[in-house]
Amino acid sequence: MTTHAATPSQTVGPFYSHALPYPKDWELVDDTHPDAITLSGLVRDGAGDPVPDALLEIWLGRTGDRGALRRGEGGLSGFGRCATAPDGSYRFRTTRPEGPYVSMQIFARGLLRSVLTRVYLADRPDPFLDSLDPARRATLIATGEGSAYRFDVRLQGEGETVFLDF
Amino acid sequence: MTHPPYLSPGYGSTILRAPSQPPVAFKADPDAIELTSPVFGHQEVGSLDADLTRQHPGEPIGERIIVTGRVLDSDGRPVRDTLVELWQANAAGRYAHAGDQHPAPLDPNFTGGGRCLTDQDGRYRFVTIKPGAYPWRNHANAWRPAHLHFSVFGRAFAQRLITQMYFPGDPLMALDPIYQSIPDDPSRRRLISSYDHDVTEPEWALGYTFDIVLGRTPVEPS
Repeated sequence: MTTHAATPSQTVGPFYSHALPYPKDWELVDDTHPDAITLSGLVRDGAGDPVPDALLEIWLGRTGDRGALRRGEGGLSGFGRCATAPDGSYRFRTTRPEGPYVSMQIFARGLLRSVLTRVYLADRPDPFLDSLDPARRATLIATGEGSAYRFDVRLQGEGETVFLDF
Repeated sequence: MTHPPYLSPGYGSTILRAPSQPPVAFKADPDAIELTSPVFGHQEVGSLDADLTRQHPGEPIGERIIVTGRVLDSDGRPVRDTLVELWQANAAGRYAHAGDQHPAPLDPNFTGGGRCLTDQDGRYRFVTIKPGAYPWRNHANAWRPAHLHFSVFGRAFAQRLITQMYFPGDPLMALDPIYQSIPDDPSRRRLISSYDHDVTEPEWALGYTFDIVLGRTPVEPS
């Protein structure tokens, strides 16, 4: 039974960079970690143009021992944050998740509510992927070779990324 | 209906950024990682991080305020030890951001970002200065009402919330397409803080109260 009505969402706006980013926010592991992978890509809008002021967060499902906000030396954090560059690109250094996907949340000017998606590192049978229109399934599969994965986010339009509602 | 629709044409930036497809409802299994959240340790947030007036050698210009409230779940239970982040413009309506070209002065004693963790009652508390209204280019003579940006984690990544807190009695709210993007008035009014004389500290700062209620998730941890 819900007794309290939820607080509505509002946009992150364009001017968060003096407050939300923090040192090593995109580095869930440091560059000496034996299982480090990179996850990078572009965020684009409905015209296909880069979104230079988006904020991305990823979550692996476990907090880890590196510090989610104040990073220590070594170890692993399950949480990371990355503001897109002027060309709309983002980058995380992380490890592969224990499960099949990384949870990703995107905030931006013009998004009155965040969007939540999943980055699957391989295209395998999966209850959520299998529930999707085959044409849209591919939007959730990262591409890549070795330890470098690429995942583009299309907020709107051709190849629009599948977003989830819980 | 609580949240604004993604497409809200009065707010021009939504036109090319709003997803055209509705989010896919998924009956999540209880083990879905979106139903868990990162845990932030108390050692990761400094004791001064919640006082935006003490981050520089001098005092910022502006009206000193205390903003406090509770983070609650949809049953009214406190959400403890969750990270609350706040950011804002200075008293003149200018952000400490290179992209903000509003010709109002920067304040060398004010950056405008803070963090804290909620306590055992789910309570957060910030000391800051009241932000100014500022113009933006959404439409002719467009001004944002004074607001504080809030970011909250909650117990599940799917509950993650970023919102804005407004001040009571601000005439600009009626003209603001971001505030007005929320379709119903009772929901909109939940973003307006209350002046709270019990929070006000004599000879020091005015007090405002703003509670934040997170959305329900399919599996509520006990």
